[in-house]
Amino acid sequence: MSGGLTAKPARHLHTSSLLAPSVAALFLWMVVPLAMTLWFSAEHYNLLNPGKTTFAGGQNYRDLLTHRALWVAMYNTLFLVGMVLAITLILGTLFSLLLEQDFPGRNICRLLVIAPFFVMPTVSALIWKNMLMNPVFGLFAWVAHSLGFSPIEFFSRMPLLSIVVIIGWEWTPFAVLILLPALHSLNREQMEAARLDGAGPIALFRHIELPHLLRPMAVVAMIEMIFFLSLFAEIYVTTGGGPGLASTNLAYLIFRDAMLAWDVGRASAGGVIAIVLANIVALFLMRVVGRNLEDLG
Amino acid sequence: MKSSTQKRWGLAIAGWAVALGMFFPIWWMFLCSFKTEITAVATPPALFFHPTLENYIAVLERADYVAFARNSIVVSLGSTLLALVLAIPAAYSMAFFPTRRTRDMLLWMLSTKMLPTVGVLVPIYLLWRDLGLLDTVFGLILIDSISVLPIVVWMLFSFFREVPGVILEASRMDGATQTEELIHVLLPLCAPGIAATALLSIILCWNEAFWSLNLATVKAATLTAFTASFSSPEGLFWAKLSAASTLSIAPILIFGWMSQRQMVRGLSFGAVK
Repeated sequence: MSGGLTAKPARHLHTSSLLAPSVAALFLWMVVPLAMTLWFSAEHYNLLNPGKTTFAGGQNYRDLLTHRALWVAMYNTLFLVGMVLAITLILGTLFSLLLEQDFPGRNICRLLVIAPFFVMPTVSALIWKNMLMNPVFGLFAWVAHSLGFSPIEFFSRMPLLSIVVIIGWEWTPFAVLILLPALHSLNREQMEAARLDGAGPIALFRHIELPHLLRPMAVVAMIEMIFFLSLFAEIYVTTGGGPGLASTNLAYLIFRDAMLAWDVGRASAGGVIAIVLANIVALFLMRVVGRNLEDLG
Repeated sequence: MKSSTQKRWGLAIAGWAVALGMFFPIWWMFLCSFKTEITAVATPPALFFHPTLENYIAVLERADYVAFARNSIVVSLGSTLLALVLAIPAAYSMAFFPTRRTRDMLLWMLSTKMLPTVGVLVPIYLLWRDLGLLDTVFGLILIDSISVLPIVVWMLFSFFREVPGVILEASRMDGATQTEELIHVLLPLCAPGIAATALLSIILCWNEAFWSLNLATVKAATLTAFTASFSSPEGLFWAKLSAASTLSIAPILIFGWMSQRQMVRGLSFGAVK
């Protein structure tokens, strides 16, 4: 950072050429597909019907907005994002508080807890779908049987919640990954002083640890949000969006329109709606992260 | 004194319960990979059994598994390399020659991640089809490297910023050009940070599912697509699937464990020091 203070104008010319490739790549990546999505969304364009592309105006949007599917998918998207965000932040905080304590083997425990984050999503989904939640051969079914209950058919009875569980399992480790070191960097002396003043563990958490964790929590929420708004693989592997529309989110709805019905126009209109939704969320998040950059000036 | 020992025991039990609970699904799959297909679906679940390596042998003998694994390796290494080549100069210039626009530039780069991938599925699919990139390793490398680029720039930027400008200044006084300064001074200094960034990028590309499931179906299909193909025939090949999955996640899990500390510093956008 301090190097910049002595930089001469000639260097600035040079540095902008260092930035150019990344900026150009990202700019192209943003603008070209976006323009195409907007363009296609105003057309009747189906790949199964080539050469019959006509102007549709707002027809694709009208079709989508008046059909139940879009609203269900929108609700499911927000439900998934909200639920998993809450689960990962709450469990992530609790686990971090626990793993921050001193007990034998805690370093191994830390490694075990963060492991699920590194497992590829299709594998995670299949472990849960086949080996744990399968109503006939799954471990949970056996546990239910042994306790005298009849096993639950997770993916047909509560598809969305089952997916929440899987994604919560994948991403709680991510929250721990960020929150644990954050907790570690907390000022020990301040904690000790508060403890000597008679503060209990709950007061310590509320007045010292939680405020200290808010910024890293915002970062966790932001990164998770980016991924959760486009959740796909877990749904693709487990429920295929069903039964009916019960576990179809926006990403899966667009995938269905695009890759199964080959309806470019409608999928594009769906894409535009997904982008608008993401931007609303992003507006709020960017502000939070921007605050972390304040010291850059 | 007694209550403190008790507390320690309580903490140990709680900590280990959480750790084993979180790791259990992975361990269960690992265990399953050493069972025969019949013991894999046995009820009650078999805890003690004669371990067999037949699943691993069967998986490795399948030519297509090797092809999928090769695609995964080429795609994740290729994308990471491409992203680093683009990102290192950018992060260098922003970390050492910040302007008034640097902050906005960084936020803008991050904001490209806010564009949901599904929103551009159709145009990318059609573009890739027309450019002949569909189902090619290069096509996947291109898209993966762009999608990790913002994160890679951010991480490198936060590592570069920790290098005191004086060190670079000194090499400049000795008459080093900007390129020499970058290659001979900065890169060796930041090697651990760059390695952590590269590892995170490899992990993200290796586990990337959306584009690999939609853009590469046969020739360029990766391990993500391979494991996803097991989703329909239920209860048939659990042991083999487990062996294939174990092989697919083991290298990444080890990378992740190795680089977690470094990774967190770069990933947390300054929220964790």
